[in-house]
Amino acid sequence: MHASAARVVAPTTLILLLLLSGCPPSAQQPSRPIDDRQVHEVAADLRCVVCQNLSVADSPSEMAAQMRAIVRERLAAGETPAQVRQYFVERYGDWILLAPPRRGFTLVVWVAPLVAVLVGLGVFTLLVRRWTSRQRTAPPPVDPAMSERIRRELEREP
Amino acid sequence: MTRRAWRWLLPLTAVPVLTLLAYGFRLNPRDVPSPLVGRPAAAFALTSFDGAPMTLEALRGKVVVLNFWASWCYPACYEEAPVLERGWRSYRDRGVVVLGVDIQDKDDAGRKFIRDFSLTFPNAPDPSGKVSVDYGVYGVPETFFIDRRGRIRVKHVSAVTEQVFRDTVETLLAEPGPDG
Amino acid sequence: MIPEIGTGLLLVALILALYGAVVAALGARRGRLALVESAQHAALGVSVLLTAAMLLLIYAFLTFDFSVRYVATNTNLGTPFYYRITALWGALEGSIVLWAWMVGLYTLIVILRHRTSARELYPWVLTVMLSVVAFFLLVMTVAAPVFARMATIPADGRGLNPLLEDSGMITHPVALYLGFTGFTVPFAFAVAALVTGRVGDFWITTTRRWTILAWYFLSLGLLIGGWWSYHVLGWGGYWAWDPVENAAFMPWLTATALLHSVMIQERRRMLRLWNIALVVLTFSLTLFGTFLTRSGVIASVHAFSQGSIGVFFLSFLALVVLVSLALIAWRWDTLGAQGELDSVVSRESAFLLNNVLLVAATFTVFFGTVFPLLSEAVRDVKVSVGAPFFNQVNVPLFLSLIFLMGVGPLIAWRRASVENLRRNFLGPVIVGIVTAAVLWVLGIGSVLVLLSLGLTVFVAATIAVDLVRATRARRRMGERTLPALGGLLRRHNRRYGGFVVHLAILVVAVGVTGSQTWSVHTETTLQRGEQAELGGYRIRFDGLRESQESNHGKVTGSFTMLNGRGAGTVLEPAKKFYPQEQSPIAYVDYRLGLIDDVYLVLGDFASDGTSATVKFQVNRMVSWIWLGGVVLTLGTLLAVLPEPRRKAA
Repeated sequence: MHASAARVVAPTTLILLLLLSGCPPSAQQPSRPIDDRQVHEVAADLRCVVCQNLSVADSPSEMAAQMRAIVRERLAAGETPAQVRQYFVERYGDWILLAPPRRGFTLVVWVAPLVAVLVGLGVFTLLVRRWTSRQRTAPPPVDPAMSERIRRELEREP
Repeated sequence: MTRRAWRWLLPLTAVPVLTLLAYGFRLNPRDVPSPLVGRPAAAFALTSFDGAPMTLEALRGKVVVLNFWASWCYPACYEEAPVLERGWRSYRDRGVVVLGVDIQDKDDAGRKFIRDFSLTFPNAPDPSGKVSVDYGVYGVPETFFIDRRGRIRVKHVSAVTEQVFRDTVETLLAEPGPDG
Repeated sequence: MIPEIGTGLLLVALILALYGAVVAALGARRGRLALVESAQHAALGVSVLLTAAMLLLIYAFLTFDFSVRYVATNTNLGTPFYYRITALWGALEGSIVLWAWMVGLYTLIVILRHRTSARELYPWVLTVMLSVVAFFLLVMTVAAPVFARMATIPADGRGLNPLLEDSGMITHPVALYLGFTGFTVPFAFAVAALVTGRVGDFWITTTRRWTILAWYFLSLGLLIGGWWSYHVLGWGGYWAWDPVENAAFMPWLTATALLHSVMIQERRRMLRLWNIALVVLTFSLTLFGTFLTRSGVIASVHAFSQGSIGVFFLSFLALVVLVSLALIAWRWDTLGAQGELDSVVSRESAFLLNNVLLVAATFTVFFGTVFPLLSEAVRDVKVSVGAPFFNQVNVPLFLSLIFLMGVGPLIAWRRASVENLRRNFLGPVIVGIVTAAVLWVLGIGSVLVLLSLGLTVFVAATIAVDLVRATRARRRMGERTLPALGGLLRRHNRRYGGFVVHLAILVVAVGVTGSQTWSVHTETTLQRGEQAELGGYRIRFDGLRESQESNHGKVTGSFTMLNGRGAGTVLEPAKKFYPQEQSPIAYVDYRLGLIDDVYLVLGDFASDGTSATVKFQVNRMVSWIWLGGVVLTLGTLLAVLPEPRRKAA
């Protein structure tokens, strides 16, 4: 086990080193400190109204730049992210949020994936149960020496 | 139903989805209803292209037609500009004000647009976009019809026609003002 | 002239396709070989006519024939030569031609490869494929006539959508369509199997390579689309969960599920019904994709247009789905589950779980994509379902899939003994946990990132374990290491091709994780000579210059990188002003690196060139995604090699 473990550790260390060399120290903050990340967080949840499906944070359009400025202003004035989002929702409707609110009818879209997975797992369990129960008949006894040889042969070839 | 017949329900499972997709043809994904209709219109303080102040407060008691446009918005804004100008000239003596807000535009392009269409109603640029966001504007042109009490009553997306202008303004004019 | 000739070619092709589809079916039912051969000739004729029509259209582009409306709306006198050719698929009408041409091409290949080996199924395969071609021919002659004539011939055309003047747009649709259309073949075989009742393994083993290749081209198309989005659209991202991106992603998910469940059918003769259903679902999703792109039913970056064409596509989609489901219902008994599982801890089980997760992910993406429609239909309220939703709900699914990727290939068939589990997984699990722990100690706090990277290392370790052990086994028999490895890959090329593909997915996963977590960005206005700093990189704004290209005006900003790798590089993001477009198009400039991409987008600028606003991004690990594509290509090539003849032991 040790030799093969060493064989495994070497390439993994290489991968690790590659990953580590890319890890930045705490990111250089641009000119306006805290607000930039907060602006981005709020803007990423808002839909750019003149684009198709891009967020206000990502969109290169002028309108999105104006909306980002409004977000920044309101955050700087002391509003919470939720209040800034609410400001936009009051004027554009829920449509302006890139992820539908987690209440009321739109809760459905959040729950659906969970339901899908649960149903899938349920079907999986049912099928597995049904299929393993078919294996009731005992297989005929096998000569143990032959069985050992077969096992070794099988575990050698991938 | 016999057990064999249950299987024929299988094709039917697709029908709801297909129906939903067919329903999609009746919708216009670009048409977003505004939650502001029926609510008080947001105050704003702009400076017109002529340098004069343009505020909503000053117009309380009048019917206000607030139009958002841009010089690059072709052809819709080009179609409705003469309509708005004619509407302004016909109704200005009856207590109707037409205001234009130029958004996401360059000043000179905006002024050229006003010159080209000989617009005489007040127009102001909205350089920061705050007024357009305050009104939930997501494209141009959009026109808001504000009643005498300062509430948004109608939001019209795409070019305004003579018919729409006249009908809406007449309806709002017929209503009593803030004191009456 | 050209409009008329072109329309004529397409109409004849349509008639031939319909004739061939009907005659092939008749020939199958009556057992008349002559009819089937006639259908074959019809198919050949259709391909030739489609090719001719396509060449005619290209000729029209190259000669600036503005009497053809499609040419007039998609090029102008200034469009460069190579874009005039690729403008063929630049808009709706032409993309249909490309699609149909590819299906026609695939039909020819099917004829060449399978006409003797798949006697029973073959005529029905022809019927289905020719029906599909006929549908697209109908669209391009009636619904969106590609050779429509301009009422008055303009002096100059409108021009290609500027976003399409890019190398990514030359290759992306081609790869994507090769993938989409490729699934027509397994679908045709599945339908043929259902119709003839031969629902055993033959149809699926025959189409195995088709499925892999179609899957590969779809993967490539998605990756190139991501690349195009990244370096052209100017937002620094590669995937926005836009409805049309989703529409291409869904068949990819189901096709991936299919690739795995096929192996269960081959080994254990199970899941026949499931596999047929998956093939039907995959093909239907490709049709759904073209429907979404072309109907305008859901607003999207790609939406070509609105109009009657959506009705055509929805009708065809409905036809395909309803007929396929009816066929499955008809053959339900013969498809019955003969499943037999020895243990829930087995490879079969892992593959089944893989399928469950992939189909659940497909459902999630589908439901999220159509939910705005549902919301409006049910309560007349518009909502948006975008990236934040899809990212949140899909990440757990994808992480689970990555875990399975490590488990599946190594766990034993039928029943995995504790011994088998220990030998194969103990090492990798330990390595994965250790990696996560080390990363946590180094300051990475996000659970998702730790999970993602830990799982990636776990899976990589399982691949390494298998490779090492198998090579060592060969070495014990006398071979030297490298030939042993080479022989291993060649002898078991399906398995190891699969491993390399898994590795490619890992590389992409690392790229996605890294770019989502560690990329930084800012937006700042700089005066000439002023510097900005981000992520350890400093840039200096040097000035602007104006220029005039063949079909657009351009303002280019000049920014010099002052430090780090690439110091001295001058980046020139620009704004391109096309006369036919209402707003300028941003031209991104970037310096790619293995770890860091420095990425600039020019925003507003002062007309005298003294200042400019620039979006400055340092995107991390994005190149890994494209590298993953390269690895994917290698893995697929390995997997589709013909099986080597087994030497007599």
